[in-house]
Amino acid sequence: MKPLRAAATGIWDFVVGDDWRIAIGVVAALGLTALLAELSTAWLVMPVSVVCLLAFSVWRSARRT
Amino acid sequence: MSGQELGLALSVFLASLVECIEALTIVLAVGSTRSWRSALAGTGAAAAALAAVTAVLGPALTALPLSTLRLVVGGLLLIFGLQWLRKAILRAAGLKAVRNESDEFVEEASAATAAGAFGRGFDGYSFVIAMKGVLLEGLEVVFIVLTFGANQNRVGLAAIAAILAASAVIIAGLLLHRPLARAPENAMKFAVGVMLTSFGTFWGAEGAGAAWPGGDAALLAIVPFVLLISLVLAAGARRLAPPIDGGPGPVEAVAP
Repeated sequence: MKPLRAAATGIWDFVVGDDWRIAIGVVAALGLTALLAELSTAWLVMPVSVVCLLAFSVWRSARRT
Repeated sequence: MSGQELGLALSVFLASLVECIEALTIVLAVGSTRSWRSALAGTGAAAAALAAVTAVLGPALTALPLSTLRLVVGGLLLIFGLQWLRKAILRAAGLKAVRNESDEFVEEASAATAAGAFGRGFDGYSFVIAMKGVLLEGLEVVFIVLTFGANQNRVGLAAIAAILAASAVIIAGLLLHRPLARAPENAMKFAVGVMLTSFGTFWGAEGAGAAWPGGDAALLAIVPFVLLISLVLAAGARRLAPPIDGGPGPVEAVAP
């Protein structure tokens, strides 16, 4: 089990990095976009989410420094 | 070459340049302090493994339906890109230390010297450290090559851009025989973060079923938008907390 756990941890660290909230936020934004896909303004969800996620993550990191 | 293909080639080239510069420092450190032959053998083994991963996963990814590919790979690219961009913004704001290749070289060389003596033959330490360093840095390049390449069905073009970047770094390393400490690493990381985030946003939304106004031309607005937001956040973050000792200001860290 140890090698499997190590591999899973490695992949998680590689893709998700040190702020898992970004990954959760991206998945939620993609889900919301899919739900609203019929609307002509559905494209707006992703850029707005990116700004919010990035600003929140930078703000958290800056506050902790 | 279309605008998207140009963006693909440029993004992969810059990302590969950054990772290859970091890998070069490790190989130079173990090669110059212990064994060039073993360090280069480790580098070759890692390069072969990375090429094999790209050759196997590339066709497998491009065989997926385009909407699924864009949703999954766009999402992964966006998560990955936002992490790159966040760190680059924090470095540009002076809130995170900027990587210094000269310091990294000294650290790696000290560790290599402290690892003890070795015989005249094959040096396992040099082989393993060089292979591990190239493999870890190279995996990020492979990830970017595959995600960018598969989404546009141009894995070959992405691989060529990565090979060109690696060749440029190898030639510079051969000529200089020292780490490429003067390369504007954070500016390049900032640019790569902007491109990964922009393309991830575009493909992710398309994969989820949304239609961008203007189609592919929307990327021409998304890239400057993400860049502008990032610069504003870097400027804002600098005001939130005092910079670390020796941390650069936004201009020094982002400008080449």
